[in-house]
Amino acid sequence: MIVARASLALMALVLAPAVMAQGSTADEIAKYRAALQDGNPAELWEIRGEALWRDPRGPKHASLESCDLGLGAGVVKGTYAQLPRYFADADRVQDLESRLVWCMVKLQGLTEAEAQQTPFGNGNAAKSDLEALTAYVTSESRGVKMNVPARHPKEIEAYRVGEKIFYYRAGTHDFACATCHGDEGKRIRLQDLPNLMTAAGAQKAYTTWPAYRVSQGELRTFEWRLYDCFRQQRFPELVFGSDAAIALTMFLARNANGAPFDAPAIKR
Amino acid sequence: MVLAAAVAAGCATGPGDEEIAGKSAAMLRTSFRPAGQAGIDRLEQDDTQRSCSAAAGKPLPSELAAKIEQANLATIRYPADGKLLGDWRNGEKIAQEGRGKQFSDDPNGPVGANCYACHQLSKTELSFGTIGPSLYQYLKLRGNTAEMQRYTYGKIYNSEAFAACSNMPRFGHNGILSEQQIKDVAALLLDPASPVNQ
Repeated sequence: MIVARASLALMALVLAPAVMAQGSTADEIAKYRAALQDGNPAELWEIRGEALWRDPRGPKHASLESCDLGLGAGVVKGTYAQLPRYFADADRVQDLESRLVWCMVKLQGLTEAEAQQTPFGNGNAAKSDLEALTAYVTSESRGVKMNVPARHPKEIEAYRVGEKIFYYRAGTHDFACATCHGDEGKRIRLQDLPNLMTAAGAQKAYTTWPAYRVSQGELRTFEWRLYDCFRQQRFPELVFGSDAAIALTMFLARNANGAPFDAPAIKR
Repeated sequence: MVLAAAVAAGCATGPGDEEIAGKSAAMLRTSFRPAGQAGIDRLEQDDTQRSCSAAAGKPLPSELAAKIEQANLATIRYPADGKLLGDWRNGEKIAQEGRGKQFSDDPNGPVGANCYACHQLSKTELSFGTIGPSLYQYLKLRGNTAEMQRYTYGKIYNSEAFAACSNMPRFGHNGILSEQQIKDVAALLLDPASPVNQ
């Protein structure tokens, strides 16, 4: 079934250039995306992630099933819609990816370096356990309304710092996140840009990551989205699970509150 | 925006805006690592970047805007030979080239201006962005006066000299493009034979 649906997605890919040639309008691109949605290869990551979550692994030969993602040990359903959040045991605001690393270290006995050595996959050369786990956990929040908390002082501070980082202009090109994502109805080349300063824009963007990126043949997480935006911003390399990554995620995730989470999605 | 205001209002007793800005800048330094040609020094802000970040997308007070424009105007170095227009064919290549200065780019590889990412330029290139205004028919709309040549070269060299907190990179001031490349892009806009003016 999954294989059949994945091959459907491949067919859509092959047909895509013909579809696109009929018109360069956003409508045609929307149709192309709708066609892809029918068979999302992200399911392959979700299945692998579920096994990684369940199976005993690491030096301690332990499963991640007792990992607390914010709604109690072992609860997966709905957790992503309430992340990032403050975790008392770590005394830190964590997003899903950094929380998974924390659980892999505490429960399975991996070092932090081992747990996050491949944050982003690269075809068959490097598979990312974190991307697969993220795909699985996020899939269990599909349809759940975003409800990221700002109760703990550290949550409030992360949100405010994230907002500052959103507007932080630096580097050779003077770019900030806001350069491309602070205005309505703009695009880069033909790619539409969400206006992340409006609730509607933040909701549409945030609730559709992770996503299977057709152009890369990979499932990409929200941390990857930030990492690659900063690369294009001409910044140095964003450290995986860093405070800035989490603060910016906090800002954008909370701005998406109220919208139903709708990922893993599929994007061009 | 609404949420930001609500969160800010909800913690009137929390840290002030400047303290948060200071924490953010410090946090950025520990959250990035040097990669390829992009060192941590890229996170250091000059006065213009600092003022424009603090404005957070809102219009600047006119005095501050004038101060930023003046400071940036003073940085513009016009070519010693007095020629402001180069070869529009090279200008078109520079306008199409998106590589340059990213940590993933070859430091010895091409560096472009990627004008099409944000601007419509020619009639034939349909893949253009809309963050900046359309520049199609630039010559017809603006005229090829000595003054317009000087403005065009200067705008590419340092956009902030003419519009404080512009989204456009300061291609000359920040060493993205060479003098010759700026001349070539200026020619793309002002040469009657350029596709921009067809």
